[in-house]
Parts: sequence; structure tokens; C-alpha cells
Amino acid sequence: MLASLVSISLGAILVNNFVFSQFLGICPFMGVSNKMSTATGMSVAVIFVMTLASAICWVINTYLLIPLNLAFMQTVAFILVIAVLVQFVEMFLKKSIPALYSAMGIFLPLITTNCAVLGVVLLNTQNNYNFLESVVYGFTGGVGFALALVLFASIRERLEFADYPKAFEGFAICLVSAALFALAFMGFSGMKIM
Amino acid sequence: MTVIWAILILGALGLLFGILLAIAGKVFAVEVDPKEEAVLAACAGANCGACGYPGCAGYAAAVAKGEAPTNACVPGGDEAAKKIAEIMGVSAGAGEKYYAFVRCSGTCGHTKQKFDYEGLDSCIAAARLGGGSGANVCSFGCMGYGDCVAACPFDAMHIVDGIAQVDRSKCVGCMKCAEACPKNLIEKVPATSTDIVACRSTDKGPVVMKYCDKGCIGCQKCVRECPADAISMDGFLAVIDQTKCVNCGHCSDICPRHCIVDIR
Repeated sequence: MLASLVSISLGAILVNNFVFSQFLGICPFMGVSNKMSTATGMSVAVIFVMTLASAICWVINTYLLIPLNLAFMQTVAFILVIAVLVQFVEMFLKKSIPALYSAMGIFLPLITTNCAVLGVVLLNTQNNYNFLESVVYGFTGGVGFALALVLFASIRERLEFADYPKAFEGFAICLVSAALFALAFMGFSGMKIM
Repeated sequence: MTVIWAILILGALGLLFGILLAIAGKVFAVEVDPKEEAVLAACAGANCGACGYPGCAGYAAAVAKGEAPTNACVPGGDEAAKKIAEIMGVSAGAGEKYYAFVRCSGTCGHTKQKFDYEGLDSCIAAARLGGGSGANVCSFGCMGYGDCVAACPFDAMHIVDGIAQVDRSKCVGCMKCAEACPKNLIEKVPATSTDIVACRSTDKGPVVMKYCDKGCIGCQKCVRECPADAISMDGFLAVIDQTKCVNCGHCSDICPRHCIVDIR
């Protein structure tokens, strides 16, 4: 049991990293990685929403959609859950933890349209994870996203001062460095934990 | 049958979530400071950003927190400052009135052109040519393609006789025009100052003579004759210190180039 959870965690963080191996959540990865502070804010918000979404979607899928043979409705039902969840979390934070709310700022509503969140809940059902496994996969998937975002933000802060050809200026050099990152993460593929 | 279930389940989920959110909206409602709303109503509502905050709402929030002065709403002027001070329960500091002023007098016929400009009708585009001054020989003056006119939210800026002119009856001093001007010619001047040097050329006198009839040549006549010692030289350009100026109007009378203008 524990071994399978460790396997899922390492898989989600490194081997099948959401950004670098599965290419999910690329838009926030490019959009908010230009400063370390915004990158960490977005990371925390994503971890939070991914974990909660995994839990709630598992319940809806197992006790509502599967018994009624409505598995084909997963995508639309999950999108509904994620949107409501993000809205709810935003209201809750605004009322009870205003400091965290203002730190996350615009990133919280942005997560609604983050494909990594939808990806994690759909993969949960594809892999037939149980409740605990789903939650762990959601959490560690978020951690993997955070790792990618923080690593890339630190690179982009250095890129500001780097001396590269004029033609690569701006977005081009970011895509090139993201590609190199993805190549590096391919080194983890094929790793297997017993 | 499946279709009906699908519709029912999704509808029920939607309804459930909707109700949940509605309840959450009530439970987690955050009270907005009533002062903030009142201040927002008292502002001019132009969202011009002259107060230094992102829009009227941003300013209202800062005022309600006590972080911003009550008289910072430029387009609202004295009236808004009084209202906001009343809401906040402090005495109204007199909000000084400012206008934009274009520091160039090189109207058509008084300046020389290097070439015929046929490009985009925009100062920023023209400023890319001719060494940064478009077709103008003068590298400081107004090119008159009206970027400031487009930027003005109050229709107070017009191109008259080849250069930009400020209509003081409409100008509120938000200085959007100054941000749009690639030559940095537009300055914020207090409504109380009456004599302003309408030239920014720091070129030497003989050089200015060649290209403009109205540019400051640095003859220093005004510096010598000013009764209040308010005028000094920045290179070959006269500069009036508005804090010392006594508004006698003598400099604008004696300026041989008529580039110190009396805007009384």
C-alpha cells in the first residue's frame, strides 16, 4: 500500500511530471513564471485546488457516474466541479484568510481553466485509483507542477541578464529553455519503484 | 433512458452547486467599507490615473484606508476634494489646480523642415526618423502629429497651426498627454503661474536662430531684468523658477524671441 503511494508520488513529481512529460498546464507555466513570487503563489494555489478536486471528483465519479453508467459524462461533470471549487475556495479565502487571498491574487480564478487540474482528475479515473491514491496523485501532481514552475521561474530570472542572440529575445528563449528542461526530465522516464 | 439520467444528474449537480455557491456567497460575504463607496461616488470617475492609483476604485480604497490624500483627484478638483474630505471627516487641504502646457512655440512658418514627411500620422513613428525629431530641424520641438490629442480623455488638446495647444477650459491636468509625447514637451504647470518659457531647445543661440524664429537663444535678457531673480539658465535655455516668480509679466514683454508666453 505504502509502496504504491510512494510510486504514485514519485511518478507524479518526476517521471510523469505534468508540465515536462505530459505537457499539461503549459499556459500558466509560461504565463506566471517570469517572477519567483508569482510562481510560488500560483504553485500553492494549484496544489490546493488539485488535491481538493481529486477528492471531490473521485466521490462523484464512484458514487454517481459509474453506478448510473454515465462515465462518458466525466469531463463535463469534472469541469463543473473544478469551476465551483475554485469559486468556493476564492470566497472562503477572501473571508477567512485575506492575507493568503491577496497573495494568490489573480491566480486563483485562473486555475479554473488550467488543464493540469482537469488532467489529474481524468487520469485518476483512467488509472482506477482508489480514494487515497487519487488524493495523493492530486497533491503530488500539484507538487510536480510547483517544481516545474519554480525551477523555470529561477531560470527566467537569470535569463533577464543572459547574453543570447537578439533573435531569441523574449518568448523564444523561454520556449527553448522549457524544451531543454523537458529533455532533462526525460532522464527520469523508465524509472520504476517496486 | 441514459440521456434522461445524464440530463437529470448534471442538472441536479448544477443546481446543488449553484445553491451551495449562493449560500457561500452570503456566509463569506466581505463587507466593503461604506466610506470606500462614498469616496468612489465623489470622484470624477474618469479613471484617468492622475491620482497615482489604478483607477478611481483603487484611489477610493486607498482613501478609505487613510493611505491616500483626500485632494488627489485631479479632474474632480476642489469640489471632489471637499466632498471626499467631508466623507473622511478631515479638513479639506486645498487641492492645487494644474494644467498641461506644451513647451514649444514653433508654429508653421516659424520653423524649418528637413524633408517632407509622408509616413504614419503619429509622433512616435515620426520620432524614429530624422535623428529623433521627424521632419523638424529643431530636435526639441513639437512635431504636431497629435499623439497627445489622441491620448487626451477630455478633448482639451488640439493641433493648432502645426503644434499642440492646450484648451485650458477643458484641461484637468491628468497629464495623459505628457506620457504620450515622445519629445517630453508637455509639462504640468500650476494654474497660478502666468509666464512660462514655451521652448525646450538647449541648442546654442546661433543654431536656434537658423531653424526657429521663436526658440530661446539664451540671450539672458530675462535673467538680467527679472525683478525677483526667478529666471536662471540651463545651458542656452531660460528656466523660470515658479516658486520665486511674482507674476509681474515683465519677462514675457521683453523677450526678443517671444518664447516666454503670458497665459493670463
